[in-house]
Amino acid sequence: MVELKVEWKPRNENTVFNHPAVRTDGVDKASGFAKYSTDYTGNGSLHVRLLTARHAHAMIKTLNVRDAKRMDGVQEVYVFPFREPANGMLYEVQWEGEPIVAVAADTPAQAEAGVRAIEIAYYVLDHLVNDQYLEAATELGLTKPGRTAEEGEEGEVDKAISSAAVVHRGSYGIQAITHCCLEPHGSTCAWEGEDKLNVELSTQNVSGTGGQFAGPLGIDAANVTVHCDYIGGGFGSKFAADEWGLACAEIAKATKRPVQLHLDRPTELQIAGSRPSAFADVTVAANQDGTIVAWDSHHWGTDGIRGGTVTQVPYVIQPKLRRVRTTGLITNTGPARAWRAPNHPQACALTSTAIDDLAAALGMDPYDVFLKNLNLATGSQSKNPQEVYAEEMKVAEGLMDWKGKWKGRGQWDDNGWKRGLGMAIHTWGGRAGGGSCTIKVHQDGTVETFAGTQDLGTGTRTCIGQVVAESFGLPLSAVQVNIGSSKYPQSGASGGSTTIGGVSGPHRRAALDALGKIFDKVAAKYEVDAASLSAKDGKILNGENVVCTWQQAAGLVGPMGLEVMGEGPKDDGLTSDGVCGVQMVDLSVDTETGRVKINKYVAVQDIGTIVNHQLAKSQVLGAMIQCISYGLSEERIMDNASGRFLNANLRDYKLPRIGDIGELVVEFYEPDSQYNKGVVGLGEPPVISGGAAISNAVANAIGVRVPVLPLTPKRILDALANA
Amino acid sequence: MNPFEYAQPNTEAEAVALLAERGSTVLASGMDLMPLLRKSVVETERVVDISRVESLRGIEAVGGGVTIGVLSTLEDIACNPLLADYPSLKDVNEGIRAIQVQQNGTLGGDLCHLPNCWYFRSGYGLLGRENGKSLPEIGDNRYHAIFGNAGPAKFVSASRFAPALIAWGAKVRIAGPEPDAEKWLPLEEFYQTPKTERHGVTVLTPGQLLTHVWLPSAENKVSATYEVLEMEGLDWPLASAAATLELEAGRVRTATIVLGHVAPTPWFSLVAADVLVGQPVTPQLAQAAGEAAVSEATPLSENAYKVRLAQTSVKRALLKATNQLEGGL
Repeated sequence: MVELKVEWKPRNENTVFNHPAVRTDGVDKASGFAKYSTDYTGNGSLHVRLLTARHAHAMIKTLNVRDAKRMDGVQEVYVFPFREPANGMLYEVQWEGEPIVAVAADTPAQAEAGVRAIEIAYYVLDHLVNDQYLEAATELGLTKPGRTAEEGEEGEVDKAISSAAVVHRGSYGIQAITHCCLEPHGSTCAWEGEDKLNVELSTQNVSGTGGQFAGPLGIDAANVTVHCDYIGGGFGSKFAADEWGLACAEIAKATKRPVQLHLDRPTELQIAGSRPSAFADVTVAANQDGTIVAWDSHHWGTDGIRGGTVTQVPYVIQPKLRRVRTTGLITNTGPARAWRAPNHPQACALTSTAIDDLAAALGMDPYDVFLKNLNLATGSQSKNPQEVYAEEMKVAEGLMDWKGKWKGRGQWDDNGWKRGLGMAIHTWGGRAGGGSCTIKVHQDGTVETFAGTQDLGTGTRTCIGQVVAESFGLPLSAVQVNIGSSKYPQSGASGGSTTIGGVSGPHRRAALDALGKIFDKVAAKYEVDAASLSAKDGKILNGENVVCTWQQAAGLVGPMGLEVMGEGPKDDGLTSDGVCGVQMVDLSVDTETGRVKINKYVAVQDIGTIVNHQLAKSQVLGAMIQCISYGLSEERIMDNASGRFLNANLRDYKLPRIGDIGELVVEFYEPDSQYNKGVVGLGEPPVISGGAAISNAVANAIGVRVPVLPLTPKRILDALANA
Repeated sequence: MNPFEYAQPNTEAEAVALLAERGSTVLASGMDLMPLLRKSVVETERVVDISRVESLRGIEAVGGGVTIGVLSTLEDIACNPLLADYPSLKDVNEGIRAIQVQQNGTLGGDLCHLPNCWYFRSGYGLLGRENGKSLPEIGDNRYHAIFGNAGPAKFVSASRFAPALIAWGAKVRIAGPEPDAEKWLPLEEFYQTPKTERHGVTVLTPGQLLTHVWLPSAENKVSATYEVLEMEGLDWPLASAAATLELEAGRVRTATIVLGHVAPTPWFSLVAADVLVGQPVTPQLAQAAGEAAVSEATPLSENAYKVRLAQTSVKRALLKATNQLEGGL
C-alpha cells in the first residue's frame, strides 16, 4: 500500500488550500437559513425567564415560589440548587445577576408574570465591587496576596534601578470588560423518553459538554446529544453546560416538553463571564542607549470572588533583572471567563505602555526602543522571536510610514487636533487542539467529512473543506463538511486558538490516508505505480498523464464507500505553535472633547501556514475592532454605591460602530519559512496589543499618559486637566 | 412587563379623556417607553397609543412661524422645507446616527424622553435614592448633571431637540385635561426639576397631552447645535449646546444659548448670551462665551470633565452657526 507523505503541498501547487475563499455558509448566515440555538422553537416549547439576584452581596432570607406556580401558563418553577433557605442554611449571593429561580411557561409574558409572583427577601451584606483602588480593598481585608517573583540575585533589581541612566515610574491599568455575545448563552433542551437528552446549545465545545449535562442529570453521557451548527459569538465564554443549561434540561424533563432558556441581555453581561481588570505600578530602568536593564512592578486586579489577577507581566520583553509582585482583589463581581487571549491584552497594556513611556523619558522613538530590546523577548512563545518581531516591525513601519510620520510627544498638530502614533507587540501559542475526524468517499465521488468541532464564525467549516478539497484535487464545493454534533468524532473545544490546527491536521492526515487507498485501487486497475499518482483538477494523474477521473477512481471503492479516520495533533509538521505580532496605530485626539479618531491601524501577524487568507483577514479585522472597543469605550462599570453593574445593557456598554473604526490594514508575515512552519491558530494574537498601541498613540498625541483603558473622553480630559 | 390596557384614540379629545386616569401613559413610537415597560421601570395601567390622532401630525406654516405636530418624525423635521431655515434642528437629527430612530422616533417622544440616568433605569426612581441616600451623589455620576444639581435630582434632561427649540423661542401646546382645554407654554416652562419622586420631568398632569410645537419665524437669525458624542454611532450626547443668533452689521444683536444634557432640564445660559451681545462672533469671543457658560457649573465627584465639554459645545455651536467651525468631531 502506498503511504503518502504527511505534509502540506509545496506552496505553489495549492489551488484551494492557502488561498482566499468566501465562507461556504455565508449565504445561509446572511439569508437567515442558518439556525442558531435560539431558533429552535416551536413544537410546544416552553419559554423561561429567570429571577436573578438584585444585590451584589446578600443572603437569601426567604424565597417563596408558591404563587408563581399558580400563575396562568406557568408549567414549571425551578429553584437553582441551594438557593432556597433550608435547615437554617442561607444561600450567599456573591454577585448581581446570580440566577435564583427559573420559571417556565407557555409564553414569555406568562413566564415573566411568574417571576414577578415570586416573593424573595434578602439580608443585604457589604460589598466591594471597585477593583481599581487597592488601598480600599486592603483595608477591608479583601485582597489575596499573590507571589513575588524575582529574577536575578537578591538586591540586583534595586541596584540596577538606582544606577540606571533613566528610570521611569508610572501607573497603568485596564478595566474589566464583559462577554456580550450577540447570541446570549443558552440552549433548547428536549428529551426522548426518560433518559435521552437532545441539546441545541450555543457552545464552543460541542464534543465536551455532553458529559457536563449527563453527570448532574444522572444519565449516561452516551444518551446526550449536543448540537450546534452555528453560534452567535463565544470568545471564550461558552465551554460549559452552565447551571442555567442544566436548569433548562431539568425543566424539559419535568414538563416533558422542549424548553428554551437563553439569558436576557442584562444577565448575559452580568454573569456570562468577564475579562479581569488589571492595574499596576511600574518602575522600568534603561541605559542611555535604550537597553532595558531592570523592571519592578506590583500589579493587581480582580477576576471576581476568587480574587485572582492576571499573569505574564512584564509581557514579551522580559529584562533579566526583574521583580513582579501581584495582588488579587476579592470582589462581588460576576465571574471571569476566558476572554480572547486570556491575560495577554492586560499584560500587554501594563507593559508596552511602560516601555513607551520609558522611550519618551529617553527621548527616543519607541520603535527603536522595542527594536533595541528584542533580545529580551523571552516572554514570547515564538521560537525565533527576535528575528520575527524585527521583520514584522519593518513591515508595519512601511505600511504605517512610521519613521516618516514620527514626531515626539505632543508635537503633531493636525487641524486643531493632536495626532500621534503608537505601537505594541504580542505573542501567543496557538498549538493544535486534540481531535479526530472521519472522511467518507462515496462510490459516486462525493466526499463527506465529520467532526465534532464547531464554527465560531471564524470559518472552520470552510477551512476543513479547503484542506480536504486540496488533498483530493477537488473544488471546495465538492466537499460536504459536517460539524456541530457530539455524535461526530470527538474534536477539541474552540479556545486558545487551537481549532484551525485541531481540524486541519486530522483532516489532512485522513484525506492523505484515503487518497493512498484510492491510489492503490487505481494502480491495480490501471496498472500504474501508485507512488507516482497525484490528484489534481478532479483527475488522477500519473506524472502529467491522466489516468482516470476522480469519479472513476472513487467508483473503485465499492458500494460501501471508503471511510477513514484522522487524528491529531501529531508531530509531523502539519501544525505548529508560537507566534509574534506587531500593531501600530495612527490616531487623532480632540483635546477639547477627549474624543479619539482612529486614522489608520496596522496589524502585522504571523500564523505559520495560512489555510485561507480571506477568513484569516476577517479574524484579524474583528480583533482589531475589539481592540478599538476596549481601547476607547468598552468597560464594565461597577458602582460601589449600589454594587450594581450599571451598564449591563447595549446602550451604556459602549461598543464601537463603523464610524469609530478608521482604516484597518492587515498584513500577514508569511515568507516561505512561515508557510513551511505548519498551521497555527489565529483567534487570540491579533486582539492583544491593539489596546496598548492605542494608549501609546494617545500619549504621543497629547503628550500625557492616560493611565487606564478604555480612553474615554472623561479619562482623556481628566488626564489633560491633571497634567 | 406588567399587563396593561391598550387604547388607541382617534382624536385629541379621546386621548385626553383616556389619559385623565392616573396611571395612563402615552405611546408615540415607543422607543423610550417600551424598554422602560419591559424592565418595569415604568409601570402603567393603560397605554394610550396616539398614532391614529391625525391632528398630531404635520408641519405647517402658521402666521410667520411653523407648527410641528408631535408625531412628526425626526426625519420629517430634517427634510421639511419649512424648517430649512432652522439648521440647529437639522444638526440634532444628524447627530442621531441611526436611520431607524430618525425614521420612527417622534419629536414628542424626544421632548418627553425620560432620563437616561442608569440609576433611574435600574429601578431606583428619578432621584436614584436607596436607603435615604442619593446614589448619583455617592455613586458613579460620570454622566450626570453639572448644573441645577443642588437638589435631589442629579440626572440630565434627555431631550436632544429641546435645547435647539428653546433657543429658537419655541412654544408648546398642551391639550387637556378638560376635553376642549388647551394652553401654550414657552418650551422651557414645559420642563421642571423634580423635588420628589411624585414630580415628573415635565409639567404635564394626568389628562394632559403635548400636541404641537410652534416656532417663531426664523427671519434672518442663524443657529446651530453642537453635541459631544462619546461614540460615532447611536449614542446620547455627553453635553450639547444650541445657539440662535440675530446678527446685525456683523455683530450679535440678540443671542440665545441653551445647553443640553448638563442639568435636569435644558439649561439657559444668560451669561454666555451677555458675552455675545454687541460683539462680532470670533473664535476668541466664542471661547469667552463658552467659559462664561460654565462659570457657575457645580460638577459632581466624577463629572468635572463635562464642564469642559459644555464649554466646548457652546464655543463650537457659536462657530458652527457663523460658519467658522473647523476640525473637531
